[in-house]
Amino acid sequence: MTGIILALVIGAAFGAVLDRVGASNPNLIGRMLNLTNLHLMKTILLAIGTGSVLMFAGQMLGLVDVGHMSVKAAYSGVVLGGLLLGAGWAASGYCPGTGLVAAAAGRRDALFFVAGGLLGAAAYMVSYPWVRSTGILAEMLGGKVTLGAVPGAEYGALMPGLAGDIAGIVVGLVFVAVAFALPDRLVHRGEVQSAH
Amino acid sequence: MTLSWKTGGVLLGLVFFLAVLLVKPIGVSTQFVILDGVLWNAVSPGAVIETETGLTSGNEYLAKSGGKYAQAVADPLNYSFVFVIAMMIGGGLSAWLRGGVGAAERRLPEIWRNSHGDNPAMRALIAFIGGFVVLYGARLAGGCTSGHMMSGVMQTAISGYVFTLSAFAAAIPTAILIYRED
Repeated sequence: MTGIILALVIGAAFGAVLDRVGASNPNLIGRMLNLTNLHLMKTILLAIGTGSVLMFAGQMLGLVDVGHMSVKAAYSGVVLGGLLLGAGWAASGYCPGTGLVAAAAGRRDALFFVAGGLLGAAAYMVSYPWVRSTGILAEMLGGKVTLGAVPGAEYGALMPGLAGDIAGIVVGLVFVAVAFALPDRLVHRGEVQSAH
Repeated sequence: MTLSWKTGGVLLGLVFFLAVLLVKPIGVSTQFVILDGVLWNAVSPGAVIETETGLTSGNEYLAKSGGKYAQAVADPLNYSFVFVIAMMIGGGLSAWLRGGVGAAERRLPEIWRNSHGDNPAMRALIAFIGGFVVLYGARLAGGCTSGHMMSGVMQTAISGYVFTLSAFAAAIPTAILIYRED
């Protein structure tokens, strides 16, 4: 029961924040990805950096259970799946979470995204035995590993000599710094016309 | 209307932290599979099969990892599934409280109109195909923007870095091609 209450609270907070930062707005996703407005990119970098610093610092202070980490395996299907997701994300303006939030916010195209998503997930379920037979689900780069060795974690490390928690804080701070350093846009469009 | 990147970034980071502090890192895309399973289970047998050692499925994907997904299909009132339902409620309420996305945006997004004109049917088709490709890709990769990109990178997971680089490598050229006039 506690689990369900936590799911309701954290889930609702996540959905509300996704809405307020504009992650479920396909206009902002499109402009982030065509590099004309990096506002959302800065938000995401700062969020990841903040989460990383808090989590690893919390682990070092003994406040965060290292066992709560959940590290996924690396395999070549992650590359292929990432490419597919990236193309679909750009074309539709939605990813699985933000598509659901946008549908809840009343965006009609998001309902079509969710319907397509349910069919795509079903297609994967059906094709799974074939996908597995191709070998692209075989683990690479050590499988379920983090950058450095996180004390007390059940996962391996890409660089076993590196202290994973300190590395996590450093990488988190780098993400925060990049969020600040990133310009508002990399591609300028229509500035000549709008200036006159 | 949209939060500044500083406020929004810190808030989103706090939610990531809260999730891993109290339960586990955030993830969404698996629940598309679980809902498919729930729908399948409602119309025909085979989605969930009871054995002496526990639940499994007639589908190899639902049966993998000791029937973990089959179990979630049999009992959708679990943390991960309720999390996604709550995410929709929270997102929907938040949008409603700030006055909604507006009739024009509900019809189709501005960025689409600027580059491709006012054709909701074409937009719906692209969104549908996009959804198919996104979820097929997410399941192949074992996670999506939430599980791999946000939660994975936050934990310094190598799979998260691999996924994020791959996703942006496809997403940026695609967006530049599709949204030329915005």
